[in-house]
Amino acid sequence: MTSQTQPDDKSAEHNRSTEMLSGAAMVIRALADEGVEYLYGYPGGAVLHIYDALFQQNKVKHVLVRHEQAATHMADAYARASGKAGVVLVTSGPGATNAVTGIATAYMDSIPMVVLTGQVMSHLIGGDAFQETDMLGISRPICKHNMSVRRPEDIPYLIKKAFHIAQTGRPGPVVLDIPKDMTMPNQKFPYHYPADINLRSYQPKQHGHSGQIKKAVTALLSAKKPILYAGGGVIMGGAANELTELAQLLNLPVTNTLMGLGAYPAGDKQFIGMLGMHGSYEANQTMHHADVILAVGARFDDRVTNNTKKFCPDATIIHIDIDPASISKTVNAHIPIVGLVKPVLTDMLALLKQKKKKLDTAALAQWWQQIDQWRAVHGGRYDTAAPLLKPQYVIEQVSKITKGEAYVCSDVGQHQMFAAQYYPFNKPNRWINSGGLGTMGFGLPAAMGVKLNYPDADVVCVTGEGSIQMNIQELSTCKQYGLGVKIINLNNGYLGMVKQWQDMNYESRYASSYMDSLPDFVKLAEAYGHVGIRVTTPEELQPALERAFALKDQLVFLDIHIDPKEHVYPMQVPGGAMNDMFLSKTERT
Amino acid sequence: MRHIISVLLENESGALARLVGLFAQRGYNIDSLNVAPTDDPTLSRLTLVTQGNDQVIEQISKQLHKLIEVVKVSDISEAAHIERELMLVKVKAAGNQREEVKRCADIFRGQIIDVTPATYTIQLVGTSDKLDAFIQALGTTPILEVVRSGASGIARGEKTLAL
Repeated sequence: MTSQTQPDDKSAEHNRSTEMLSGAAMVIRALADEGVEYLYGYPGGAVLHIYDALFQQNKVKHVLVRHEQAATHMADAYARASGKAGVVLVTSGPGATNAVTGIATAYMDSIPMVVLTGQVMSHLIGGDAFQETDMLGISRPICKHNMSVRRPEDIPYLIKKAFHIAQTGRPGPVVLDIPKDMTMPNQKFPYHYPADINLRSYQPKQHGHSGQIKKAVTALLSAKKPILYAGGGVIMGGAANELTELAQLLNLPVTNTLMGLGAYPAGDKQFIGMLGMHGSYEANQTMHHADVILAVGARFDDRVTNNTKKFCPDATIIHIDIDPASISKTVNAHIPIVGLVKPVLTDMLALLKQKKKKLDTAALAQWWQQIDQWRAVHGGRYDTAAPLLKPQYVIEQVSKITKGEAYVCSDVGQHQMFAAQYYPFNKPNRWINSGGLGTMGFGLPAAMGVKLNYPDADVVCVTGEGSIQMNIQELSTCKQYGLGVKIINLNNGYLGMVKQWQDMNYESRYASSYMDSLPDFVKLAEAYGHVGIRVTTPEELQPALERAFALKDQLVFLDIHIDPKEHVYPMQVPGGAMNDMFLSKTERT
Repeated sequence: MRHIISVLLENESGALARLVGLFAQRGYNIDSLNVAPTDDPTLSRLTLVTQGNDQVIEQISKQLHKLIEVVKVSDISEAAHIERELMLVKVKAAGNQREEVKRCADIFRGQIIDVTPATYTIQLVGTSDKLDAFIQALGTTPILEVVRSGASGIARGEKTLAL
């Protein structure tokens, strides 16, 4: 097989440009030309030429993490907050394999990222050389695309191609493997960064099919029990405004997936909460009884649908998604629309505004009456009379002190669900969590990535004593770069979500879910040069939060001891329909 | 149900591995796979035989489309098409059996392309079903070796899968 596909006008491009650069310098220069400000990474043998080129310029700044996984999560979180691809640079072998979890995390949540991995010299590949690993083979199932550099002069084209693929269509991480001999400092080649890329085999759609859009609008206008179900595609597609306008024009109840929180303002009366496994009672009931579901940038994940055989029996499903493979994958869509959510919603809005047919306001009023009754059933209640600190209360207080405006970066477990349920996200790109892969250890580096790029914003890491220890070494990186993240450690001494399942399904046999010998997190934070505050009673919480958020530029580690017996509710009954739920330890629908 | 899927893909290193990996990762099965460059050396043509219900085949086709190097995908078994597979069979052919194997090969329009005093090597082209039938028809003749190319296919009529 031949090697790389080359742009046709390559020689012409080279003639226009006289600048001669080494492969290493080209890597950094291409990133600068792409507008990259920060590069997250960790040096090693195979990438030393690139690091040397990095050292000799000041456009692209490098952030040195303490473990490559953190570099990938930092880049990923930057992408989630900004919509632009984050960039990672790691060495071959263990450097690359340490980045694997972060690449998979970004892939599952469709996050644009460009990961540059070092590789041993070309002539050594396949010979089990020192720090050699087949990163193309390892990353193939967990990235949108991967490529390797075969000729140094291809570097600018390949980097442009990586960004193009990562950021268009359904976004995702792209891995570019760079053998060390492609970056030799003394071998120079003409440099030209292509303005854009056209790939014959990759032409993602933009606009939806107009006939399908017409059908969708007709279905929505005649709906008596509609619901709008919006996912992460709305956030990454930058379509929160269009979505909000559409929902308000049609008076639709709106539910967001875990990935879609902030796509519609949580403070608005039409918002009925998150749906799915730990969704609100009203969101799951409204879904189940709906006659028309408008799914936008969501993928009918198993954590949403529960048993697909019992899923929303009466609904006509309209599904807007950029990825045709996400449509009718788990649940059959009656009106599929393939396209980017923003232009599709814009087209729908234009069509709706022309239409003479009015909404069935009487039916909608009745539907809203029903929804309000469901709202009253659970309403996010929890035991406020208990003497121990409740995690829900902590999140409510964090939301209060940050006025609901913070970037909330979560780890994975009970605390993640409490944050999703009790922090009202009114804007997109503010809720940063590993929804698809469920990566413990994501939260702290994610918060770092956001704080670095948005230094004036409040950035909170909601975590637990289990998750935080999976990347706790990054407290050192925070010190080096002055990242004033606020860590809300909901410490219950257990791997809470595991324990909850053991309580519910294994007669409370806590197999390996209790952590003995936890560190003193306050001392630990102090050892890294930060501020640590321990909170053990409800009364201590308010002053501790005030102190923490007043220390603007400092990292504050709040070790908050919460009720170890608390469970996350509502919770769907496994194998049931959307609306089969446990509402507390003793109530079931 | 059996489907024959034709794919045009960029003739680049790693493209085939990505395509085959997709089947393993997503639990789709491959009955046979056949790939070679086309008249345009930058493109490979691949024919893949798989099994699955309509939903599975739809997912396979969509997932194949998603691969960056895949240019076109078509389930050619959805419409009139031609399917051919090449098989080479080496059989023990001594004494009385020699004549019988020759007759059987003739019936199936196979050709004997290599001969030793004790063996015949037969070349046979046809649908995969026909090749299966020939193996059945050999009956008690001892088969020493079977090599099959996997099916290749093309749509009938003016329909084409090309750039």
